[in-house]
Amino acid sequence: MIRLKDVEMVYENGTKAIQGITLTIEDGEFVFLVGPSGSGKSTIIKLLTGEVEPYAGRIMINGFSTSNISERQIPLMRRTLGVIFQDFRLIEKKTVYDNLAFVMRAVGASSKEIRQRIPYVLDLVGLENKAYSFPTELSGGEQQRVAIARALVNNPTTVIADEPTGNLDPERSLELMDLLVKINALGTTMVVVTHEKNLVDRFGKRVVTIDSGHVINDSVGGYVGGHIHG
Amino acid sequence: MGKHNFGYFFHEGLSNMFSHGFMTFAAIGITVACLLIMGTFSLVAVNANSLLQDLEQENEILAYVEEDFTEEQARALQAQLEAIPNVVSVTYISRVEAMERFTAQYPEEEMFQDLDPDILRDRYSLKIRDLKQLSQTKEMVDDINGIAKVNAYEAVAGGFITVRNVASVVCIALIAILFVVSVFIISNTIRLTTFDRREEIAIMRMVGATNGFIRWPFVYEGFMLGLLGAAIAFLLQWGLYEAVAQGVDTNDALQLIDIISFQELWVPVAVTFSIAGILIGVGGSLSAIRKFLQV
Repeated sequence: MIRLKDVEMVYENGTKAIQGITLTIEDGEFVFLVGPSGSGKSTIIKLLTGEVEPYAGRIMINGFSTSNISERQIPLMRRTLGVIFQDFRLIEKKTVYDNLAFVMRAVGASSKEIRQRIPYVLDLVGLENKAYSFPTELSGGEQQRVAIARALVNNPTTVIADEPTGNLDPERSLELMDLLVKINALGTTMVVVTHEKNLVDRFGKRVVTIDSGHVINDSVGGYVGGHIHG
Repeated sequence: MGKHNFGYFFHEGLSNMFSHGFMTFAAIGITVACLLIMGTFSLVAVNANSLLQDLEQENEILAYVEEDFTEEQARALQAQLEAIPNVVSVTYISRVEAMERFTAQYPEEEMFQDLDPDILRDRYSLKIRDLKQLSQTKEMVDDINGIAKVNAYEAVAGGFITVRNVASVVCIALIAILFVVSVFIISNTIRLTTFDRREEIAIMRMVGATNGFIRWPFVYEGFMLGLLGAAIAFLLQWGLYEAVAQGVDTNDALQLIDIISFQELWVPVAVTFSIAGILIGVGGSLSAIRKFLQV
């Protein structure tokens, strides 16, 4: 479960990115986080992944409180999360298989666990026959699927996707979103940051709209609120 | 996660080394230079020390008794000589014994064989404890009433003491300077690797790798750089030492100097080089990644 209570975030240059947000995301939920540029979406992602600490308020993520988390516990908290980025962030000199094995090894998985888990995850994202391809040999949609597989491979309870369809055409975007919904149906909590109104409306999931550091709407169905500029 | 994945870290460290060939070469080169200079001065100091110990063991001051002293008077000086602090043993040698020894030294020389012992003086052979106090001891022996002359190899002993002291001081100063330079170069080499791998490090952090897990491959890289530098330095040191030892051995002017065989020294040299190389390598890698892992 993710819980933000009265969270404020002020950057060193004085920018107030988040101004008193309170939000709860239950286990197994699918939530779209939407809002215009500079609304504070990216800051929320950074707060959830422990990259930055809140200026005020409390954040609980899968049993860890980020306000008083020790340095040793941050990696443990991050292991409960899988993160997907708009620019994929794959290691180009490693094959698809090695990209996944790399993150499993990073959390101490054994070779046997790696051999068993990777085919399952690649099958889940429909890339079972691309294990030994390099990222540069894949299309944008396939690369993003590898990124999803990487986010899932350590079996996190929550996946956070930051503009996952930002670099994809509409057809691939729809396929990718279908895949995220499928993964969510298997029990993984899904937080998707996006500015694609059509997609948000199409899936009829919970939508949290952020603007100027505030939650201006939190409802099920579709996007409600001001302008979305991406 | 508790298990240390030796194979993985070793493989990653090794591939890091090959990713920046020139800097790796430079890092190993500077480590070799550091250890070689350190080793050379240390070995000079060790040899000088050994020669001093030999001199101390063999060191003999000869104190000649006044010619007009009778044997009884001469023997009476023994107690005074034994009372001098740095003196370990005192042996009386009568002029007859001295002549016997002298003629025994030159058995081929007929002209020495029939010499009258009276042309020599009664004398005392003194062994001393600390060669550094040779001058003071010599003066104290000289001051005794009845001692006509004292012979001691002060210049030789002083020369070795100077060599040992200079070698020790230069050694310490150079070790300090070269150690810092080596750590700096290795640190920069590894910083290049961390820069090259910043994306991988970011991903590892994102998925929950511990700082230790991220750090180990770079520590292994530093360890291997240091150890490889130590191994090369050891081989070069060996060759250099043998060449110098052979040079000294075949030089007539340097017959007095007895160089310690490398076979007696290789274990401490190898151990010291390995420890110093590893310290330089691991120290450099830790300094390179310390800042990287603070976020």
